[in-house]
Amino acid sequence: MKVAGWIAAGTWPAVVEAMQRRPASDELVLVAVADESEGVPTGPLAGLMGRGRRAEATAAVDQLSRSAAQELLDQAVAALGRPCEAQLRTGFTEREVTAAAAAIDLLIVARDGDRTRLGPRSLGRHTRFVIDHAPCTVAVVWPGETPGLDSIPAPPPDR
Amino acid sequence: MTTPVAEVISVVCLIAVLGFAVVRPRGLPEGVGAVPAAILVVAVGALPLAVAWQEVQGLGPTVAFLAAILMLAHLCKEEGMFDAAGELMARRSRGRPTRLLGLVFVVASLTTAVLSLDATVVLLTPVVFATASRLGARPKPHVYATSHLANSASLLLPVSNLTNLLAMGAAGLSFVKFGALMALPWLVAIGIEYFVHRWWFAGDLSVVATPRDTGRRTPIPVFALVVVALTLAGFVVSSPLHIEPFWAALAGVLVLAAKRLLMDPPGRHRPELRELLAAANLWFLLFVLALGIIVKAVVDNGLAAAIGHLVPTGSDLVSLLLLAGLAAVLANLVNNLPAVLVLLPLVAPVGPAAVLAVLIGVNIGPNLTYVGSLATLLWRRILADHDHDTEIGEFTKLGLLTVPVSLIACTASLWVAVQLMGV
Repeated sequence: MKVAGWIAAGTWPAVVEAMQRRPASDELVLVAVADESEGVPTGPLAGLMGRGRRAEATAAVDQLSRSAAQELLDQAVAALGRPCEAQLRTGFTEREVTAAAAAIDLLIVARDGDRTRLGPRSLGRHTRFVIDHAPCTVAVVWPGETPGLDSIPAPPPDR
Repeated sequence: MTTPVAEVISVVCLIAVLGFAVVRPRGLPEGVGAVPAAILVVAVGALPLAVAWQEVQGLGPTVAFLAAILMLAHLCKEEGMFDAAGELMARRSRGRPTRLLGLVFVVASLTTAVLSLDATVVLLTPVVFATASRLGARPKPHVYATSHLANSASLLLPVSNLTNLLAMGAAGLSFVKFGALMALPWLVAIGIEYFVHRWWFAGDLSVVATPRDTGRRTPIPVFALVVVALTLAGFVVSSPLHIEPFWAALAGVLVLAAKRLLMDPPGRHRPELRELLAAANLWFLLFVLALGIIVKAVVDNGLAAAIGHLVPTGSDLVSLLLLAGLAAVLANLVNNLPAVLVLLPLVAPVGPAAVLAVLIGVNIGPNLTYVGSLATLLWRRILADHDHDTEIGEFTKLGLLTVPVSLIACTASLWVAVQLMGV
């Protein structure tokens, strides 16, 4: 079985942990995305009229988001401690992760929204997209503690 | 030349200069378009040479001051001040994204206030991004906060924003008085930004960080910090001593540059000086001067008469709110630089409070538009220039949450400060 894990800031240890539990026969892939639109917004740089710095700033920003994603990936590979393929992709996060799942049997992602308020927002925008569009089974793991049953709100009075 | 013809020529030149600055054909500096246009305006007689010269003399100290501040910020970066700030934030945040956000707010607000918004956008933002990602936190809230604070935290001091420098002469306020009147609006603006960012990015901030230690330790650049503090003190004492604050900034630059040249290996001297001159950004200085001349021609030849009556003439709260709103709208339509140049001659006779209200508008307003103005945004969309819809959408929503509230609250607190301290 070919299993991919999406390595994103903050939530990746949960994904790596889930991948460590996969049987040794599984082929593991770690995917990280360098997404310029998630890095430093270039707009405010362009808004500084007259400074003429746009091109150099944009290049620096791209470089920055690439090296940040690479470092994250290296950290995850080291933490996994098992042979695996490391994929660094460049582009829009949600689209790249979905595309990486094309030849994959199982994609492991972490819940990445606001987990203090369980509900629609406990899934981030990208995770939502990946779950909807990934052409394979998607496992959503909890970073940190799983919520107890007491996290379920009281039923509405008419039920 | 008749006034209407002169006005048409000046307006066409202004539009051409702004268009050039947005499109930047072949990546040429904005000044390449602006300087010939300014010469043309004077050559055809749309602005008498004597008036143009007066404008250049008026803007001279401002532009020189700007150059000194740009060089000072560059030297601070070379001394490792921003890297040290990044490491300090990383250490003090103890892996908690909300703590990091608080520290980013402190560092970005102070950097903007003392070293100007250019330093925050160009020099601090990459450091904040690197710091957050090294901490394993999501960089977005921190980077967006830095971008926002470059505008909204630029209210405090005349050095914080080029718009403030341009207005200081028109307001007729000393460095200290300017800071005293703007302190409350500055704090209010930062407070609003903080609460909105905490709420808007609650999801991103709830992520538990997974730090990776790079083992790097940048020593705290004590010398540079002391020089910056002394330079700031120089700004404060310059007005009672009737010295241009430019000299304090220049002294700071000279001391830091001399220290670096003494410590450098001999081979580094020439590149060091070259980088220092490049940081002064000569084309930018020329752009400001040229834009000043062209806007002067536009205002003198009819714009003042045409929209002069739209500008509120009181210093009461309602007039100040209208002024701030008008300035914010204009800054969003064109850019804050032309907006402040157009509005200053119109509001300067009203008084310092009115000038400061305009500054609140032109400094906070740009947070609404992702690239400084709608005109720029439209152009860049046409050019399909490296912008992402999601990024623009998120920026605009964040701007809508902060800008209108900040404009009202900051102007109201300016009014309170004026009532308490007088002008």
